[in-house]
Amino acid sequence: MALALNGFIPTSSRAKDPPMTKRIEARFEQCRAEGRAALVTYVMAGDPDPETSLEILKSLPKAGADIVEFGLPFTDPMADGPAIQAAGLRALKVGQDTARTLDLVRRFRAEDQGTPVILMGYFNPIFVYGVDRFLADAKEAGVDGLIVVDLPPEEDDELCLPALKAGLAFIRLATPTTDDKRLPAVLANTAGFVYYVSITGITGAATPDFGKVASAVERIKQHTRLPVVVGFGVKSGAHAAAVAEGADGVVVGSALIDALKGTLDDQGRATSRSVEAVTTLVKELSEGVRSVTKRAAA
Amino acid sequence: MSAQAQPNSFRTGPDERGHFGQFGGRFVAETLMPNILELEKAYEEAKNDPAFHADMEYFSKHYIGRPSPLYFAERMTDHLGGAKIYFKREELNHTGAHKVNNVLGQILLARRMGKKRIIAETGAGQHGVATATLCARFGLECIVYMGAVDVERQKPNVFRMNMLGAKVVPVQSGTRTLKDAMNEALRDWVTNVADTFYCIGTVAGPHPYPAMVRDFQCVIGEETRKQMMEAEGRLPDSLVACIGGGSNAIGLFHPFLDDKGVEIYGVEAAGHGLDKLHAASLTGGRPGVLHGNRTYLLMDHDGQINDAHSISAGLDYPGIGPEHAWLHEMGRVTYISATDDEALEAFQLCSRLEGILPALEPSHALAKVMELAPQKPKDHLMVVNISGRGDKDLFQIAEHLGNKIA
Repeated sequence: MALALNGFIPTSSRAKDPPMTKRIEARFEQCRAEGRAALVTYVMAGDPDPETSLEILKSLPKAGADIVEFGLPFTDPMADGPAIQAAGLRALKVGQDTARTLDLVRRFRAEDQGTPVILMGYFNPIFVYGVDRFLADAKEAGVDGLIVVDLPPEEDDELCLPALKAGLAFIRLATPTTDDKRLPAVLANTAGFVYYVSITGITGAATPDFGKVASAVERIKQHTRLPVVVGFGVKSGAHAAAVAEGADGVVVGSALIDALKGTLDDQGRATSRSVEAVTTLVKELSEGVRSVTKRAAA
Repeated sequence: MSAQAQPNSFRTGPDERGHFGQFGGRFVAETLMPNILELEKAYEEAKNDPAFHADMEYFSKHYIGRPSPLYFAERMTDHLGGAKIYFKREELNHTGAHKVNNVLGQILLARRMGKKRIIAETGAGQHGVATATLCARFGLECIVYMGAVDVERQKPNVFRMNMLGAKVVPVQSGTRTLKDAMNEALRDWVTNVADTFYCIGTVAGPHPYPAMVRDFQCVIGEETRKQMMEAEGRLPDSLVACIGGGSNAIGLFHPFLDDKGVEIYGVEAAGHGLDKLHAASLTGGRPGVLHGNRTYLLMDHDGQINDAHSISAGLDYPGIGPEHAWLHEMGRVTYISATDDEALEAFQLCSRLEGILPALEPSHALAKVMELAPQKPKDHLMVVNISGRGDKDLFQIAEHLGNKIA
C-alpha cells in the first residue's frame, strides 16, 4: 500500500514546527544511565472520580513509575478488555470528559515537571473536541505524547501528522501481526517510543509468552532507534522483571485498574485504601523492573 | 448540502483508501490492519474471478431462492389512493431477510481465504441466522455476538441459530445492544486474527466492508430494475427502504443512484420521537468515528456514543453506513424517519391488506410509504423494500399491541 506513505512529512520539513517536548527522551536517557528498563503505568482519567484519579496520577512517579499514561474514557473501547472498559464507564458516570482530563494533567504538571504524560484513548472524543484545539490544549496542559488505538498509519493525516506538527509525540502500537514489510510504515511517523503489544488480543486478557518478548523487541529495533516498550498482560513484579529483560520499558494498565477496583465501595466510590492499593502494586512493579540490570547503552 | 459539488457519478465510491467524501476510512487497531488489507486484496481478486461469480449465482438461485419477486401491492395501492406500490420481496429469501445475500458473498470469500472460524455481530438476529445458516451449509465454525437485551427480545432467532449449530454469545457490556455486539466481535477478531473471518452484517465497519457488503446487496436493485422494466416498461419513480446500518437500502438504491429521475427515500428509526430516544443518526447525529469508519453518530458533547432506541432491534444502532452519510450530504438520497408507533401501524396495515407480515424494520419504510404514496399521482411507480419477514417480531408486537389495549 504505497498510498499509506503519501503525505508523510520528511524530517527536514519539520524544522519550523514547534519542538517536541524533551521529557520522554530525557526519562529514557535517565533509565539507560541507571542501567534499567522504564516503568510505564496506565490509569484511567476520572476513575473512580476526578480527584482520586489525580491523587493516583501524582502518586505514581513517587512509587517508581517513570512515565504515566492517562486514559481518555470512551464508551466503546473496542481494543480493551473488561477492566479498562469498566474503568472508562466509571469515569464517564461521574462526568469525566476530555476537557476535564486536560485540567487534571494541568494540575499534575504544576507539581511535576519531569514525568512524561501520555494520553491514551480512542479517536472519536478527540475528533469531536476538534483536532487542532485538542493538540493546542494538550500541549499547553503539559501532555508529551498521544496513543490513539484506532488510528493506524493508513489514517495518519487525521491526528498523527498534525500532532507531530504541534510538537506532540505520536506513539504507535506495533503488534505480533505487524510483519517486517509493514513495520517501516508503522514506525515512519512514530515519535517518543514504540509500544509493542505483546499479544494479539485485548488489554488485560492473556499473559504473553515472556520468552518471545526479547526477540520481538529485537525485530522492531532493526527498524528504529526509538526505545521499545512492551505491554499487555503484565500483572506482577515478576512479569515486569521478565519483560524488562528484553525491552526498554514495561507498560502496566489493567492490573493497576483491578487493584483500584478492588478497593471501591459497593457504589463504585473510592475508599481510604484506593490510592495506596495502586501505589503498592506500582512499588512491586518498580522493584521488578529495577531487579534487572542492563549494561548502559553505548 | 446543495452547496456540495455534484460528482459525475454517485456510483464510483469509495476511493482507494475507503473514503466516500469525508466518510468511511479504516479506523482500527494495528493488530487488525494486516487482516483488513488481506481481506481487501482477497475481495478484489474474487471480484475479478468468474468462478466466484458462478458460485454466487448458483447459490443465490438454488439456495437463497433468487430472484426475489417484485410484487404489485394492489390492495395497499388502492387503500392509499396514490402511487402504484411495488414490494421487493426480500423477506422471501431463505432465512427470511436480505441479510443472506451479503453473508453468502462473505462466506464464499472466507472459504477462498481458507478461514475456518466465522464470527458475526447481530441485532435483530437476521444477520446471525443467515451467518449460522451458511456456516452450517459449508461446515464452518460460527460464533455470533448479540447484545443481551437483543437476545431477550429476539428469542426465536436465538433458538434458530442454536439449531443451526452456531454459538450465540450474549454481550453484557455497554448498552448490551448491537453496537456492543460489534465491539465484542472486534475484540474477538483482535484476539483470533489468524484463523478468523469477521462477517459484518451491514454496510459499516472499516474499508472494504462498506463497499463489499454493498456490492453483495446490489442484487436487490439490479433485479428491481429488470423486473420493473418487465412489469411497466420503465424505471420506478421512487424507492423507499428502512435504514439501520443501511445494507438493504444501499442494495436497492445503488443501481439507481445515477438515474436522476428516481427519487430515493431512506427511512431511519425515530423510536419514541426525534426529541426523545431514537436511532436516527443522520437526522439527529453528527460526524464522528466508530467501529472503523467515520460516519454520522448519535453522541454527546464529548464524542461519547449515546444509547439508540428503536422498537426494531435491527435498526437500534447509533450509527449508519458511511456511504449513506455521504449521500445525505450530497443530497442525492432524502433521509426521513418513522417512529415506533408509525411502524406498528404500518405493520398491521400491510398484514391485513396484503397478507404479508413484514418485519418491524421494513415496517418503518412502509410507514413512510403510507405518507408519501397518497401525495403522488396514480402513474407514479414506488418500490418499497420488504427487507425481512415479521415472524421473529410477533411476540414483541403482541406485547406492544396488548399493552395498548390495556
